[in-house]
Amino acid sequence: MLETHETISGEETGEPGAGKPRVEREFTVKERSYWQMAGRRFLRHRGAVVSLFVFILLVVFAFVGEKVWHYKWNGNFIDYRDISKAPSLKHPFGTDERYDWMAEVMRGTQQSLKVAFIIALLGTGAGAVWGVVSGYFGGFIDSALMRLADLVLTVPPLALAAALAYSGGGKLWQIGVVLGAVSAPYVARVVRGVVLSLREREFIEAARALGASNLRIMWRHLLPNTTPVLIVNATLLIATGILAETALSYVGFGIQSPDTSLGILISHAQGAVTTRPWLFYFPGLFIILIALSVSFIGDGLRDALDPRQTRERR
Amino acid sequence: MLVFVIRRLLISIPVLIASTILTFLIVKATGDPLTYLKTRQANISPEAKQRFIDQEAHRLWLDRSWPAQYWHWISNVVMHNNWGQQVQGNDNVRTDVFTALGVTARLVAFAIVIALVLAIVTGVVSAVKQYSITDYTTTFAGFLFLSMPVFWFAILLKEFFAIKFNSWTGTQTFYTLNQPTSWVNPGQLLGRVLLPTIVLGLASYAAWSRFTRASMLEVLNSDYIRLARSKGLAPRTVLVKHALRTALIPLTTVTALDTAALLSGAIITENVFQWRGMGYLFLTSLQNRDFNVMLGWLLVTATFVIVFNLLADILYGFLDPRIRHA
Repeated sequence: MLETHETISGEETGEPGAGKPRVEREFTVKERSYWQMAGRRFLRHRGAVVSLFVFILLVVFAFVGEKVWHYKWNGNFIDYRDISKAPSLKHPFGTDERYDWMAEVMRGTQQSLKVAFIIALLGTGAGAVWGVVSGYFGGFIDSALMRLADLVLTVPPLALAAALAYSGGGKLWQIGVVLGAVSAPYVARVVRGVVLSLREREFIEAARALGASNLRIMWRHLLPNTTPVLIVNATLLIATGILAETALSYVGFGIQSPDTSLGILISHAQGAVTTRPWLFYFPGLFIILIALSVSFIGDGLRDALDPRQTRERR
Repeated sequence: MLVFVIRRLLISIPVLIASTILTFLIVKATGDPLTYLKTRQANISPEAKQRFIDQEAHRLWLDRSWPAQYWHWISNVVMHNNWGQQVQGNDNVRTDVFTALGVTARLVAFAIVIALVLAIVTGVVSAVKQYSITDYTTTFAGFLFLSMPVFWFAILLKEFFAIKFNSWTGTQTFYTLNQPTSWVNPGQLLGRVLLPTIVLGLASYAAWSRFTRASMLEVLNSDYIRLARSKGLAPRTVLVKHALRTALIPLTTVTALDTAALLSGAIITENVFQWRGMGYLFLTSLQNRDFNVMLGWLLVTATFVIVFNLLADILYGFLDPRIRHA
C-alpha cells in the first residue's frame, strides 16, 4: 500500500545484519499484499487446490499429450486386429473402428478447452468494458447499454449460437466468438453493479480531483478493482462454455465432422453404450472433469478473492 | 405498486420490438432459404429452374428489400395473426410453434416442480447444517450435476434405466418416441415424461439448491433471526416462518427467469429423447433454413423471456416491499 512499509519490515526482505535499521516491534506480523492473502486463502480450500492440479493435468494431457502420443487423431488407421477393442496397454482408452480413442479424446479435449478459453476471454473482456463504461458514465449511456444487454438476453443463447455457428461453417473460433458474445451481457451486468458502488468511493473522487481523464479512471482505477469478479466469472464461463460447446457439437451445430470435439465423440458413441462402452464413457468423463475442476477452482477463487464471504461458522 | 407494474410494462415494449428486429437479422444471417432449390439436381432446363426459384422467392417475399421483408412479416403477425408459411411445405407456422410449445411446456412444468422441491429441501438442509457431511455431499452433488453434460446423462439414463427396465419387465413403460403424449393416461404419461423430466430437472436443481443455500445462510445469519431465537421462539417456527419465507424471495425471481430459459433451452434433452418440442422445431428449421419458423420461434421465446423478466420483477416487488418503495 504505502512504499515506506517495505523499508521498515527489512527483517524479512534483507539479509540479516546487512546494515539496515532493525525496528523493534512488540509483535511481528508479516505484511502481505492482497494477492498474497488471496493466494493463501485459495491454498486453504482443499477442493480448489486439487481441482487446479487436475485441471493442469488435463491441459497437459490435451496439448502436450497430442504431440507425444504416437497415435494421431486423424492419422493412420489402427492395426486391423485392434479394431473396436476394449482399453488395453496399447490403447488405454480402447479403439473404435478406425482410430485410437485416446488420441481422439485428446483432440476433443483440446478443441473444447480452446473454445472455452476463447469464450472466457471474450466474454469477460467485452463484459468488463461494457459494464465499466455503463456503470461509470451512468445516465443515458448506462440505460442504453443495459437495454442492449436486455435485448441480447432475450435470445436463447444456445439457439443463437447454433444459428450463427451453423451458418458460419462451424469453425472453432466462430463458436467461441458467438458463445463469448452471448455471455458478455451477463458479465456486463455484474461488473456494472460493482462499478456503481466503486465510483462513489473516495479514491475515484481523488483521482478525478487530480485531473485524471475518464479513460484513465476507468482503465487504471475501476477495471483493476473488478478483477476479482472477472476472474470468478471467467471460471464460470469456462465451465458453462465447455458444456455449451459440447452440446452444440453433439446435436451437430457446433464443430463440424472432419474435426472432432468431445460432443462429436459422444454423438458417435451413443449407439455403442452397451456394446463398446469405453467409447461413450471417456469423452463424457473428460467433460465432467473439466467442468467440475473449473467450477471448484472458481469456488476457491470466490472464497479467496472476496473476503466478505467468509467461511466462518455461525 | 400499479405505477411500478405499468412502468415496467412500458419499458419492455420497446425491448420486444427491438428484439424482433434483432431476431430478424439473426435469421437473415443463417443463409439463403432457397439453397435447397439452387443445389438440387433436376431434369429441367436452367431457365426453367431459375424461373421456379424466382417464383418461390417472390412467394416468400425474398425478392424484396430487408426492411420490406421485416415489415411484411411483423405486420402480418400483429395485424392478421398470420405467421407465414414454411419454406418447404404448407404448414401454418403459428400452429407448428404452439404445438411444439405445448409439448415442451409439459416437460418443463414437471421439471420445474421436481427441481424446486428438491432444491428447497436440500438447500435448506445444507444451510441449516452448514459444513456437515450432508452439506458437503449435496454441495458436491450440485457441482457434479452442474458439470455433467445434459446429453451424456440423458443417454446414460436411457440406456441403463429405460432400456434395462423395459426388457426386464417386457413392457414399453419408458417410451419416448415422437407421438404426442396424452394427459389422460397417467401411466403412459409418467413413462414418457419421467426420464426427460429428471434430466431437465436435475440441471436446474443444482443451480437452485446452491442459490437456496446461499440465500438461506444469509438470512440465518441476520439479526432478526437472532432476535427471534433469543426471544424464545421454537426453532421450527424460526426456521419455517421467519427464515424460509424471506430466503425464498430471491428464489422466486431466479425460478421465473430460468423458466423462460428452460422453455427454449430444452433443445438438448428433447434431442436425446426425441420429443418434438421447441428444440426439435428450432433445429429442423435451422437445417432447412426455414426462416418463418425460426422467426416465429424466436418471437415466442423472446416474448417468454421478457414476460418472465417482468413477472420476476413484479413478484419481487410484491414480495419484498423494500424494492417497490426504493
